[in-house]
Amino acid sequence: MRRPRIILAKPGLDGHDRGIKVVAMGLRDAGAEVIYLGLRVSARQIAAAAAAEDADLVGISVLSGAHMAIAEDLLAALRDRRAYVPLVVGGTIPARDADALRELGVSAVFPAGSALPAVVAEVLERARSTASVP
Amino acid sequence: MTGAGPKTSDAPEADGGARAVITDSGIPVAPVYTAADVVGGPDDLAARLGRPGEPPFTRGPYASMYRGQLWTMRQFAGYGSPEQTNARFHFLLGQGQTALSVAFDLPTQLGYDSDHELARDEVGRVGVAIDTADDMTDLFAGLPLDKVSVNFTINATAPIILATYLVAAERQGVSPAELTGTLQNDILKEFLARKAYVYPPGPSIRLAADVIEYASQVLPRFNPISITGYHAREAGCDAVQELGLTMASAIAYCDELISRGLEFDRFAPRLSFHFATTLDLFEEVAKLRAARRLWYRIATERFGAVAPAAARLRFFSGNSGTTLTSQQPLNNVIRSTIQCLGAVLAGAQSIHVMGYDEAHQIPSEEAVTLSLRTQQIIALETGVTRTADPLGGSYFVEHLTDEIESRASAILAEIAECGGAVGALERGLPQRWITDAAYRAEQEVTAGLRPKVGVNVYADDDEPRPELALDEPVRGVAERQITRTRQRKSARDSLATAETLRILEQHAARQHNVMPALVEAARAGATVGEMSDAFRAVFGEFREPSPW
Repeated sequence: MRRPRIILAKPGLDGHDRGIKVVAMGLRDAGAEVIYLGLRVSARQIAAAAAAEDADLVGISVLSGAHMAIAEDLLAALRDRRAYVPLVVGGTIPARDADALRELGVSAVFPAGSALPAVVAEVLERARSTASVP
Repeated sequence: MTGAGPKTSDAPEADGGARAVITDSGIPVAPVYTAADVVGGPDDLAARLGRPGEPPFTRGPYASMYRGQLWTMRQFAGYGSPEQTNARFHFLLGQGQTALSVAFDLPTQLGYDSDHELARDEVGRVGVAIDTADDMTDLFAGLPLDKVSVNFTINATAPIILATYLVAAERQGVSPAELTGTLQNDILKEFLARKAYVYPPGPSIRLAADVIEYASQVLPRFNPISITGYHAREAGCDAVQELGLTMASAIAYCDELISRGLEFDRFAPRLSFHFATTLDLFEEVAKLRAARRLWYRIATERFGAVAPAAARLRFFSGNSGTTLTSQQPLNNVIRSTIQCLGAVLAGAQSIHVMGYDEAHQIPSEEAVTLSLRTQQIIALETGVTRTADPLGGSYFVEHLTDEIESRASAILAEIAECGGAVGALERGLPQRWITDAAYRAEQEVTAGLRPKVGVNVYADDDEPRPELALDEPVRGVAERQITRTRQRKSARDSLATAETLRILEQHAARQHNVMPALVEAARAGATVGEMSDAFRAVFGEFREPSPW
């Protein structure tokens, strides 16, 4: 089985990138291939990268509170690209919104304060389940 | 294990443990310090310290310190519309706050109007939305700008926001010479850590310098920049790196201003600084004392400062948000109190105390009041204000002060080898320090080496996650803001506005100081987005290279 390939990005205008970089490093140390797209990338750019890189999972981090609209846009962009990969969302996400995000089709939500080992384990598990689908 | 404390083996080690005892920055700490640890004799120490208000200012920038005047209590506030933030300002002043500090939303920080497609769902979220000088006028309705000092956390669009502020003051009949306050205007730390940059580093530094130059001519009581290591610290680096990076930025701005022919002694007295104060109490106090001494050395030795005020470092202390936890949020009150005390013991000129709910939402009215009360209790009930630099002469604190100064000087030398702050940034050197340190800190929390009460020790697994109200403050704000900005655009003399924008673009391209043209444009009703676009057309936009 190849190494899981994960795309990470920060859509929207928020620049708080400490969390997503720490997660990127944790995923790498756990054996994943991580492609970090950086700040202020649009839903279209993320979906295009997911399709072009044949990614197993897309992860985004939003700390401005704009996660609902951003996730909605990104899920639509991924569908347009026929990139059927799990999307996980981290950041300042209230419990109520976490439920709403899952209903929209987000695969997992990691609110601020989530422990790094738990985030890494869950992301890898979801990425591997995509990677094992032929 | 619900409610369990650390296992004995996980507990912070007592003296004699196998692991070295170090500060948060990795400085070894001995079991006790004595007179033998003071480098040189008593006369050497006296020379390194000076008296408060005298070179090298280690003990404080003013002779009487808090006996003469307390620090400024400046809680950062801003969300939603100008009217909503205006109401919070009136509330805070009513509670005894002594100055204002404005938080702007991300579209304003990045130069997009509220109706821009990239502003979708971001309007009024992490700060107040400002599109025009009219919005700025509404923001300060009923607040006399000749009396109240205002801090602006704004960087990439700092010259533009300052222009709208000058117009708002003009409408109150207040002249620029009467304005007091601080514009953050430190773009280098945006590239480093905070990431709200727009234009490439070269033109960005030029805009920052335009503001400082302009202020030196027309804003004698206003601090046109707050040079900061706070954000690099919050993003991960340690206290020593924070100090080194701050000084490297200061040198870069001063070099730019001097290359324009400005005199150091003329602009340097209005430079202000901004540091974090975190929980390692003695190291933080030592860092801030070392900062004053290091700046004195740089100002006199490198820039030839003659006027004492040009070599006297004044700073604002922000409590650290990353020390706060969303678990057991009331614990954050205690964390903030200790950090505020550290800033006071170090002689801060102004202080912000975090709200205990700040790890996950815009602070509630209750939380910001408590933050203000924290400052007031320390100021009025503890007696720590009675004498200047109360920790001065402590064997331990003096040892740490010396150690931090020398380690920060080594960082400065490393940055100088890369060609200074800009060169180091372009190579990604400090960005790597920050990212590596953030990852290391996270691993240490996971391994229990860095105790966090309520997180990795004394955690309560059954604690429900707090219900947050992220959306409440901003519901309907975007729609109202967009409508209003469109109305204002259609009501203005569009030909006249377009002409001011054309002149602005020309001044940007021709290396003229952009401030006068910005004030003209703001006065003519140009929006923050339009003025930013004029700069985008000339300077282009910056994209960060990959960190790996």
